[in-house]
Amino acid sequence: MSEQQPAQPVQPVLIRGASLLGESTADLLLVDGRIAEVRTTPGSAGEAGAVPDGTRVVDADGLVALPGLVDLHTHLREPGREDAETIATGSAAAAAGGYAAVLAMANTSPVTDTAEAAERVHDLGRAAGLVDVVPVGAVTRGLGGEELAELGLMHRSRAGVRVFSDDGRCVADARVMRRALEYVRAFGGVVSQHAQDPDLAGPSACCHEGELSGRLGLPGWPGIAEEVIVARDVMLARHTGSRVHVAHASTAGTVEVLRWAKAQGIAVTAEVTPHHLLLTTDLLATESGGYDPTYKVNPPLRPAEDVEALRDALADGTIDAVATDHAPHARHDKEHAFVDAAFGMLGLETALPVVATVMVSTGRMGWTDVARVMSTRPAQIAGIGGPDGHGSALEVGAPAHLLLVDPAGTHVVDRDTSVSRSRNNPWHGRTLDASVRATFHLGVPTVLDGALVRPGS
Amino acid sequence: MKRHLLSIDDLTPDDIAMLFATAAEMHDVQHRQVKKLPALRGRTVINLFFEDSTRTRSSFEIAGKWLSADTINITGKGSSASKGESLRDTVLTIAAMGVDALVMRHGASGAAHQVSQWVDAAVVNAGDGTHEHPSQALLDAYTLQRRLGSLEGRHVVLVGDLTHSRVFRSNVACLTLLGAEVTVVAPPTLMPSGVAGWAAAAGFATSYDLDEVLPRADAVMMLRVQRERMSGGFFPSAREYTIGYGLTRERLAVLGPDVPICHPGPMNRGLEIAADAADAAQSAVLEQVSAGVAVRMSILYHLLAGDES
Repeated sequence: MSEQQPAQPVQPVLIRGASLLGESTADLLLVDGRIAEVRTTPGSAGEAGAVPDGTRVVDADGLVALPGLVDLHTHLREPGREDAETIATGSAAAAAGGYAAVLAMANTSPVTDTAEAAERVHDLGRAAGLVDVVPVGAVTRGLGGEELAELGLMHRSRAGVRVFSDDGRCVADARVMRRALEYVRAFGGVVSQHAQDPDLAGPSACCHEGELSGRLGLPGWPGIAEEVIVARDVMLARHTGSRVHVAHASTAGTVEVLRWAKAQGIAVTAEVTPHHLLLTTDLLATESGGYDPTYKVNPPLRPAEDVEALRDALADGTIDAVATDHAPHARHDKEHAFVDAAFGMLGLETALPVVATVMVSTGRMGWTDVARVMSTRPAQIAGIGGPDGHGSALEVGAPAHLLLVDPAGTHVVDRDTSVSRSRNNPWHGRTLDASVRATFHLGVPTVLDGALVRPGS
Repeated sequence: MKRHLLSIDDLTPDDIAMLFATAAEMHDVQHRQVKKLPALRGRTVINLFFEDSTRTRSSFEIAGKWLSADTINITGKGSSASKGESLRDTVLTIAAMGVDALVMRHGASGAAHQVSQWVDAAVVNAGDGTHEHPSQALLDAYTLQRRLGSLEGRHVVLVGDLTHSRVFRSNVACLTLLGAEVTVVAPPTLMPSGVAGWAAAAGFATSYDLDEVLPRADAVMMLRVQRERMSGGFFPSAREYTIGYGLTRERLAVLGPDVPICHPGPMNRGLEIAADAADAAQSAVLEQVSAGVAVRMSILYHLLAGDES
């Protein structure tokens, strides 16, 4: 985890008239990377001149201030596929989406399965300077599923790895999963599981198994392939007394297992992606264009009943967090026949607008809940939370990671305005509610007026 | 007719009637000594086969040649993904040579559908993965119509590995469109996922019991069962499959003598179809092959000659 101190002197910022979590209105003064003052009598401070010389004033009238977002699940592609995304371009996409920290998945080339590889990701994130890039370590060497990677050394490294995942692949072997859960307990680590039983959903499985996959003749990816692994893993967590995290929960059955496990007091947390909260498997039908690999993702898009169950679970806390599974791909890796095309879709820039559209505009959640599921809980799960870390309340003394959202910022998504290097954007052409107007990382604006501020510019 | 033939869903009953009327004329040409018609002179048809095929490829090739089109075969095993080139790049390269029709076979479902969005040429789906094989369904229906007259209200029974069969998917759509009653028969493991909802919506019946269905059949269509499915656990043994779902000598005796027996080939004699059934007088297997050329001539004619007006 990075030290929560700015690397160099920072221009003070006065955010005027922001609605804190959509509740009380206040001015926020950011000095030296911290929230220096919270003034609940808006307007008075600036006129009184009680701000340091050279303060930048940001008008936040009508905007909601939230703690900077934390993404538990991002693919940044560097090293290995810099043509699809780099740590710098992925950091830019994160900042544009309101994020202050992202966890970078280990399935790069080479895999993040050593201390050195983790430190390199960490350092490249520092150099990009827009968000904290926190490497996720592989659970098993080379994501091979057999031998544990050097989990402890990754944790002891400068990168301080606490979250381990073979994401993209499931830790399918129960013995390996058990050992991993036990081992990371020594340093408060957590295993984030990509739940996909490879016998029930093999590598070619690419469409939710159901009537549509039957009609389209696409290899089915049944919900049960996720649910049996989640069920097994919560029992392993109970048996070992360890903590397990379920990546990209996608089915109603998974929600039922999570609800049961939490009621038993088992240490399990779970995330859901924005796309599983809104998009459905029908998008693959020929009436909707047909076999468009833009909508190919793992786990696959599910039917409306699953989507509904996931929304309920997010609102009631059964699912702890929203995580993007941002998965950039070069165009040519998507321009294959559907079963041959790469899995994954972009997500960082659109996550908050999607959550606003699905959960806030519909009255299912308030902004306080959004702060919980997109910042506070993910920061806790990743071990980067607390009063001096990410996801802390907007209070005096807290690190100045925050963003300003325009709740009335309805907009049509245009994939060509993305700052990601890739264009596999399933939201292109969709109207989403709310937009990110400004992001601050340790008091430094990374986005202002809805546009990226490059470091040093 | 639409510009491409990707799926039976692209066709109306009138389109099919038109295709069959032309096919009947083409069928007569097959019996002439000189079989070439000038209809597609100067047009280029590329048979782009990413998957092995002998009968479909040669059938389309003969169809194109008898219509005087320049017909070129391009075959490439394996997916373009494994060669590092995207499917889009592969087909754009071929289309750039100046192609009027692309007859395409691909091991991946939806491939022809995707390609039709990238190229200007007319795309004929000659089989995409486990999705559709519309020219096969058309030649099957054409063959059955010649045997039975109208298919309206006639009961056609399809038996075999439905999960992995593009012939089943195209046939069930084509036959129901022409008014036939369709029952599909397979063990539960070889039924596609969600088949109950699909059958209800599309108006066909499903059964696990061939012996219950067979006496009511006006036509039987046996589908190929690949032996490698056994290792996938879809059924325990060839013997058990044959006893449960094969068109055996015993079951042949149950069929009326005028009930046509179809098989898209290649046949696994002794597995899904006994030699006695394959070679029976009522077998339509070779008629299917000969009708295939006529129907494919008709498809190419209507997609290519039709666009000059």
